[in-house]
Formats: sequence, C-alpha cells, structure tokens
Amino acid sequence: MRSLTELGKYSNLLYQALRSSTEFSTYRKNLFQELVKVGYDSVPIIILTGIFTGSVMTLQSAYQLESAFIPLSTIGAIVSESILIELAAVISSLVLAGKVGARVATELGTMRVTEQIDALESMGFNSVSFLVVPRVLAGIFMFPVLYIVASVCGLGGGLAAGFFSGTVPPADFLQGARMYFYPWNVVFGFVKMFVFGFIITSVSCYKGYYASGGAEGVGKSTTNATVLSCIFVLLADFILAALLL
Amino acid sequence: MIEIKNLKKSFGDLLVWEDVSFQIDDGETVAIIGRSGCGKSVLLKHINALLNPDEGEVIIDGNNIHAMDYVDQRRLRQKFGVLFQGSALFDSINTFENVAFPLRYFTKQSEEEIRKNVMQSLEYVNLEEAADKETSELSGGMRKRVGLARAIVLRPHYIMYDEPTSGLDPQTADEINELINGMANTLDITSIVVTHDMHSVLEVADKVAFLNNQTLSWFGTLEEMKRSDQQDLQDFITASEYQIKG
Repeated sequence: MRSLTELGKYSNLLYQALRSSTEFSTYRKNLFQELVKVGYDSVPIIILTGIFTGSVMTLQSAYQLESAFIPLSTIGAIVSESILIELAAVISSLVLAGKVGARVATELGTMRVTEQIDALESMGFNSVSFLVVPRVLAGIFMFPVLYIVASVCGLGGGLAAGFFSGTVPPADFLQGARMYFYPWNVVFGFVKMFVFGFIITSVSCYKGYYASGGAEGVGKSTTNATVLSCIFVLLADFILAALLL
Repeated sequence: MIEIKNLKKSFGDLLVWEDVSFQIDDGETVAIIGRSGCGKSVLLKHINALLNPDEGEVIIDGNNIHAMDYVDQRRLRQKFGVLFQGSALFDSINTFENVAFPLRYFTKQSEEEIRKNVMQSLEYVNLEEAADKETSELSGGMRKRVGLARAIVLRPHYIMYDEPTSGLDPQTADEINELINGMANTLDITSIVVTHDMHSVLEVADKVAFLNNQTLSWFGTLEEMKRSDQQDLQDFITASEYQIKG
C-alpha cells in the first residue's frame, strides 16, 4: 500500500514537472547551473571510473583468455564491446547515483525542511518548475555526454593497461576494438544513459522534494534516493537489454 | 479582506482543528495564538493555500483561494509576504540577492531599480549594511529581518508572520515587534501573526484568534481578550507570565 502511495506521489510530481516544463523563464537560470553541476562537475569522477574500469577489464580478460589459440585482438574486442554496451553506462550511472543523486536529494531535502520550498511557493513560484524540471533536464542531457567521456576513458584505460602490463599490444587491442565495433552499441549506450539520467535525477528530486523530519529526515531521503536510484538503474538496464538487444 | 469559513483539517486520523471561522479586515493585525502543536502554522499555510483544508474555504478579496487553479493561486499569493519561523532564506545566495529574488522573477525592473528597492526594503528593517553578507554570517535576529525585507519587497497587501519572535532575545524580539507595527502603519499592510509570545501579541495585535481544543476557541479584539473570562484563554495568558488583567 505504501509503495503504491509513493508511486502515486512520484507520478504526480513527474506530471507536474511535465506541465511546468513550458515555464522556461522560471527555470532557465537554474538549468544552466544544473548542466554545469551534473555534467562538468562530474567529469573528473567519470574519467577516473572509465580509466579504471577499462584497465581492470583488460587485465582480467588477458588473465582469463591466456591461450595460444586465442588472438590477442580478442581482448580488445571484449573490452571495447563491454565498455560501450554495458560498463561505461552502468558503472558511471551507479557512481553518478552517489554523486548527483545524493546532491540533488540533499539540496531539495534541506530546502524542504528549512521551509525554502514553502517560501518559493508563498512568493508565487512554481517550485516544481523552479527546482525539479532543471535538475531532471540536466540529467537527461548530460548523462549521455558523460557516457562519451566514460567510453573514451574506458577504452583508453584498457589500451594503456594492456600496453604497460605487456599483455596486449596497442595494435592488437585497436584491431579487436575496430573489428567488433557496431554503431548500434553506442546508440544503445546513449539510450541507456538518457534513461538512467532521468531515473537518477527524478527519483532523487522526488525523495528530496518530499523530505520531512529535519536533518535526520534529509539523511534518510538522501540514502533512499541513492539506493532506489541504483536499484532502478539495474532494473532499467535489464529491461533495456531485453527490449533492445 | 480575508474571510476564513468553517475550516477543518486533519492529517490522517489526527484532527488538527475544525469549525474555524473568523475575518481579517484590511489594515488590521490579527494574532493567532495557542499552545505549541495546536495547528497555528497549519492554519497560516491554509490562508495562502500552501495546504488545502478538508472542509471550508478561505476567501481573499472575494476569491476562494482553494477553489482557484494553480496559476491563479500563484498570482494571488503574490499579494502575500511571508516571514517564516526559520526565516527560510535561500542559503545559496547572499542577503541582497535573497531580497532581490522576487523582483528578478516577477518584475521587469532594471538592475538599478532592483538595487534601489532592495536597499529600501533593507532600510525598513535597519539592515542596509548587511546587504553583501552571506546568509550564514547573519544572526537569528538579522535573518528574521532579512526575511521580512524579502517579504515586503514586492509591497504585498498582506504579511503573515510565523513565530516572528521565537528563539530571539527579548531586546531583538522587541525590535521585531516594532518592525511589525512599522510595516502595518507605514506600508498599510494587513498582518497575521502566529505566535505564542503574549508579549508580542500585546505589542502588535488588534485582534486575537485563540486556537484550543481543536477549534477556534475564542476570537475578539485585544481589549476584549483582556476582559474575557474564558478560562482556557485566561489560563493560556496566565501561563505566559503576563498579568494582563493586573
């Protein structure tokens, strides 16, 4: 019953956000700020995540496929496909659920419990348009951009790890990556990040917007936002794979 | 004029109050008093439709605010200034920008006009020198005054004060009371003050609404309150350590 109530409130918030999305003048300034916070500010952690994901993937693939009968280019193919189809999107999103989701939930939660959202409404603002719409739009726009960063860094990290560890020469790695490169994999990655961006920002906005109970309440809403975002990202990942692959 | 008619509110099974009716005439200051948790702030949030009642209506200048669509509600809310209990200043921007905030979004004023209006509002609350301060640098009393400056910057018809003197030392509380009187007299604003501070009530109120036992237990002028023999009201006043009758 409680889950249904929550779902109803979440759907209602999304409906209000959709209706408010036409009030561009209300959220224009916030949108640019959020694009920077969600996108630009997340670049360092995404670079780090991408490099290490690609590196580990290469070293583990080399370890598992250590055979004279398997060409080294296979490692490049496995690493590049895994990164483009799955890892760049999912690992990055799980990291972003912690970074972006927690920030969004904490910001809105604090604004709720300190009556700043009530103050906005009292002045005649549409608080959903002002606070929720720009954050969700920033997630939808910037997550696919971060996917490019994660993919490039993942492939670069994989290539570098193969070279420095002496397991896969760069030429073999690139040959494998090119041989099994399908543009659809990249499109699929973009679709995933578009969906994950929406899930993480909307769930976090919901949890923050309806936070209650002071500092403890904000803490709970932030934790719930992060955990729920991760669960829904994994669930959406499965559904998208089943539908689109 | 604000007319509150037969208002009832519950949260789940918990009845906050019912059968609440009274009227606030233009230019007067009405204090809503009652024990902590009796639903004073909840009533305040019904007046500008931040909360919706289970039954009853709030008529503002002839319009039932709860029957309006959201766009019209928001337009009507611009007639109100609200000073929240914790001031509700936006902590991501400084004092000047907090006060300028409604002007930037709801008017087409130039930067020069905005500066003039913000400084005028800050002057009303004697805080011109704090314009460039971050909100985290402000004391409790200063935060209240900045909140008040923000509340009046659009020159509202009504101001609602939610516990304006709570958590303040007596001297600062007196300053806030003087400001409330100043706003009412200088700017000809109708004021609604939620408080349990009887000293504040005596300083600022023309009329008093007493919430008790989940209803509006008593409503009348300040003079009538002093003469009232209603036991609950007198108990509340006596407990507030202000011997009005004496």
